[in-house]
Amino acid sequence: MTVLEENYDIVVVGAGHAGCEAALACARLGLETIVFTVSVDSIALMPCNPNVGGSSKGHLVRELDALGGEMGKNIDKTFIQSKMLNESKGPAVHSLRAQADKQEYSREMRKTLENTDRLTIRQAEVSEIVTDKDESGKERIIGVKTVSGAFYHAKAVVLATGTYLNARCIFGDVSNYTGPNGLQAANHLTDSLRAHGIQMFRFKTGTPARVDKRSLDFSKMEEQLGDEKIVPFSFSTDPESVRKPQVSCWLTYTNEKTHEIIRKNLDRSPLFSGAIEGTGPRYCPSIEDKVVKFPDKERHQIFVEPEGLYTNEMYLAGMSSSLPEDVQHAMYKTVPGLENVKIVRNAYAIEYDCINSLQLKPTLEFKKISGLFSGGQFNGSSGYEEAAVQGFMAGVNAAMKVMNRDSFVLDRSQAYIGVLIDDLVTKENHEPYRMMTSRAEYRLLLRQDNADLRLRKIGYEIGLVSEDEYQKTIIKETEIEKEILRLEHTTVGVNHQVQEFLQEHKSTPLKSGVTLAELIRRPELDYFMLTQLDSERPRLSCEIAEQVNINIKYDGYIKRQKQQVEQFKKLEKRKLDADFDYNKIKGLRIEAIQKLNRYKPASIGQASRISGVSPADISVLLVYFEKLNSEERNVNSHG
Amino acid sequence: MKTDTIAAIATGLTDSGIGIIRISGSQAFSIIDKIFRNKSGSSINLKKSHTIQYGFIFNEDEKMDEVLVSIMKEPHSYTAEDTVEINCHGGILMMRRILETVIKAGARIADPGEFTKRAFLNGRIDLSQAEAVIDVINSKSDLALKSSVSQLGGSISRKIKKLREEILYETAYIESALDDPEHISLDGYGDKLAVKITDMIDQLESMIDSADTGKIISEGIRTVIVGKPNAGKSSLMNVLLGEERSIVTEIAGTTRDTLEEQIRLGDISLLITDTAGIRNTNDIVEQIGVSRAKGAAEGADLVIYVIDSSLPLDENDSEIMNMIQNKKTIILLNKSDLDTVVDGDEITKITGKKVISVSAKEETGLEELKSEIKAMFYGGNIDFNDQVMITNMRHKEALEESLESLKLVMNSIEQRLPEDFYSIDLINAYAALGTIIGESVEDDVINEIFSRFCTGK
Repeated sequence: MTVLEENYDIVVVGAGHAGCEAALACARLGLETIVFTVSVDSIALMPCNPNVGGSSKGHLVRELDALGGEMGKNIDKTFIQSKMLNESKGPAVHSLRAQADKQEYSREMRKTLENTDRLTIRQAEVSEIVTDKDESGKERIIGVKTVSGAFYHAKAVVLATGTYLNARCIFGDVSNYTGPNGLQAANHLTDSLRAHGIQMFRFKTGTPARVDKRSLDFSKMEEQLGDEKIVPFSFSTDPESVRKPQVSCWLTYTNEKTHEIIRKNLDRSPLFSGAIEGTGPRYCPSIEDKVVKFPDKERHQIFVEPEGLYTNEMYLAGMSSSLPEDVQHAMYKTVPGLENVKIVRNAYAIEYDCINSLQLKPTLEFKKISGLFSGGQFNGSSGYEEAAVQGFMAGVNAAMKVMNRDSFVLDRSQAYIGVLIDDLVTKENHEPYRMMTSRAEYRLLLRQDNADLRLRKIGYEIGLVSEDEYQKTIIKETEIEKEILRLEHTTVGVNHQVQEFLQEHKSTPLKSGVTLAELIRRPELDYFMLTQLDSERPRLSCEIAEQVNINIKYDGYIKRQKQQVEQFKKLEKRKLDADFDYNKIKGLRIEAIQKLNRYKPASIGQASRISGVSPADISVLLVYFEKLNSEERNVNSHG
Repeated sequence: MKTDTIAAIATGLTDSGIGIIRISGSQAFSIIDKIFRNKSGSSINLKKSHTIQYGFIFNEDEKMDEVLVSIMKEPHSYTAEDTVEINCHGGILMMRRILETVIKAGARIADPGEFTKRAFLNGRIDLSQAEAVIDVINSKSDLALKSSVSQLGGSISRKIKKLREEILYETAYIESALDDPEHISLDGYGDKLAVKITDMIDQLESMIDSADTGKIISEGIRTVIVGKPNAGKSSLMNVLLGEERSIVTEIAGTTRDTLEEQIRLGDISLLITDTAGIRNTNDIVEQIGVSRAKGAAEGADLVIYVIDSSLPLDENDSEIMNMIQNKKTIILLNKSDLDTVVDGDEITKITGKKVISVSAKEETGLEELKSEIKAMFYGGNIDFNDQVMITNMRHKEALEESLESLKLVMNSIEQRLPEDFYSIDLINAYAALGTIIGESVEDDVINEIFSRFCTGK
């Protein structure tokens, strides 16, 4: 039988949020790239919530943007409401979130893909990965096959299959073997992966009903407006361009009646009857989960959010469910404003295959199969943003491998992206992984406002950030430093104007002269308030002023975290060989040997985060590898 | 490589009366400058390497001890780092107080085997010794772990667990609000938290006070006296108690009902438990006592097995001998003042344990017992009492660190800093307390968020 055969540098399987970033990164880096999707009409589909960003997820999007990813730019083009969350809290936890016009979001991303050179879009289901052995006998990827038997040769493959592998959608006793939104599932690839020795998990997630706007009574809900001053996600977006009219979301609540209906019908829920076997996320519980787990809560919030400008469909955030259709109807109708609700699409739970992410290196390449990378929900994460950043990292690393360049890993002190991937490849993960600010131990340094200062340079060096964009960041950096230096060295004396100003702001009067920086550090004052005392202040953009203020005001905390990072980096720098056999080291405890052999950490730092590896084991590793290195040095210097 | 500065007591407990405290790391000289004064008053850093200075250690303005300080500049020291050794007057209390002063001045207590590890990593120990170095690290860690967890009094451990639970709850509350600000509000939270933190600070301060008087862990070799009923266990205990008249404390708050007493035999400190006699019995009350005795012997560092030498051995004795097989044990043939029917050599042959003849009544053989215990616990490379004391200091250091962190939280609340700053210090306090009971942080906060707070859409 003759079949179609084609050659590419990179194959990307899946065109969701991970697949799009992977494909774009590879093609933009100059590689011939093909991206497969089961439906070209569902590129960058948002099958669940209609928004991008939110607490800590907003950080991910900004970091991705600083590195040269697409998500930030795409949401800036297609958002219909924008909000900075946690504005009353510290700068580290400010987080941007935007409501998207789902169709526009998908269409814009498709347009970008279609107009990127060297990028081919192909609608077909990939059913097999194909490998051979390299010179050293290690398994390596050489391409993929589709259900029709077509063979696509590739030097590297990125898997980003999302929730489509052996997907099954369930509500009540209805169960459909489809991907999200009734799309075709991918029912073959799992078998091929298993045959290659890849360990699979089965995870579950869910989505609420979509309802007809015309059937809702908004007078019974609280209106949720967008911010007046809109901050774009992308550092490349002109802030003027995002000023536009915004649409509202609405807040309402469940009540005792809702909970009673749910409780009465629990036996009909596939979650409790055992019909669903996948592991669901704890942070995104279905309404029936919430009612069972928190019986004392009198009400739960429901945010009613538009799916886009093109449609009357509204998303009921907080009410995901897999209860039978009639129960869904009954429970939604108990909610104020939803008394006459018309459901357009039922809520459902979805089960899908994903991998045990411990099989991956920090580059998101499979330890076992050279050239095979993966990203997104396939790796056991959840969320569009988590998916996008992994797709990007997997894509860049696939490209680096094909181009014989150094691999690209961000550590926990550089970015939320680093935290996310390190967690995935280091810790046992038994539920869809979601980013949270509390996962980032150096979060005062990893702010959304300084993502460009942290990562632009890296994106530039990879080749995904233009010279212009990079220069912009360098100038910004210099101006911030200059202004901080000036404030640290400008003294204000004790005079009438100053004392009056301080009194007015309930701040202790001066006894002797102080620097402006010292005044900024006072809890009740900040950089912006001091304008009138600071006659020589240069005209600076508000982004720069914000950086100056944060850096001076939280100087003490920032310094402390920087010291912690220094300690952290010491162990991170000590790299470990992925093929090393830890049985060779006498003195390690048995549990440590087992864990280390299973995880094959990339550095001593990563080893130290594996549960079951003790500080004493880490000392043993340090001593052992010090010996090994010195011996190698000696051999080299004599040879 | 720039490292932090570590300190530890370098000598074991000896009769020589001189103890050495070693400090190593980049801050070693500036730390000693803060606490050491001599006539010339000049900085240690200005002195030549490998010289000895005479002077006094001061804790602020209090003169603590007359000492000699040796100075070794990098790389010419054991660790190849700047090193200072304080030769002070031995004695557990003085060495410990000086070490505390050193810690207060900026060093931290060395991890088990850390001097050796540094020496190795800095190239001072031959590569061929790597395995030996690994052994040192391992054996010291095992011992530290063992003494850390097993020596901790039950009530202290409960208090620490409770404090940690409270801290974790507050942290998770803040974090869930940050993660899901539209569901959980932090309005007015700072003031509520301040009340709770004030209470936690009080608790920590009182624990630190009690650490000073040595109550935080029971310092001493956990010793259990076992034997058949009427072998003379209680009278032996009374003799031991009577001889020294220095019963330190009757440890309260332990979960066991068995009587625990702390006894000092010269340099040796024993935490001694008298147990019910061991024999097969049908009497239920007595059975409970027997199983307790067995349990106590299992957890002990030292078992003293008392045999009535005027009576022949029976199956109860074989059961006891079975039980003590893998324990450090001294066998006492009591009632040596009566006619003996038990042969000491025979028992040594069966058990492989040291046998001493004593008479509790006439108070003979006790000196031999003392020197045997000493040989057992101070003979090897690792000094048990030292280790216990270091553990105690480590605990105190952790309590102080935790206290410091909670004070920073109070400070942040007073300054009206945003709530996310509170949780940074809260989690530090949580982590520090965890080191005392051997628990780390890992995913505790996230698990707490999910189990306590209904968050997420």
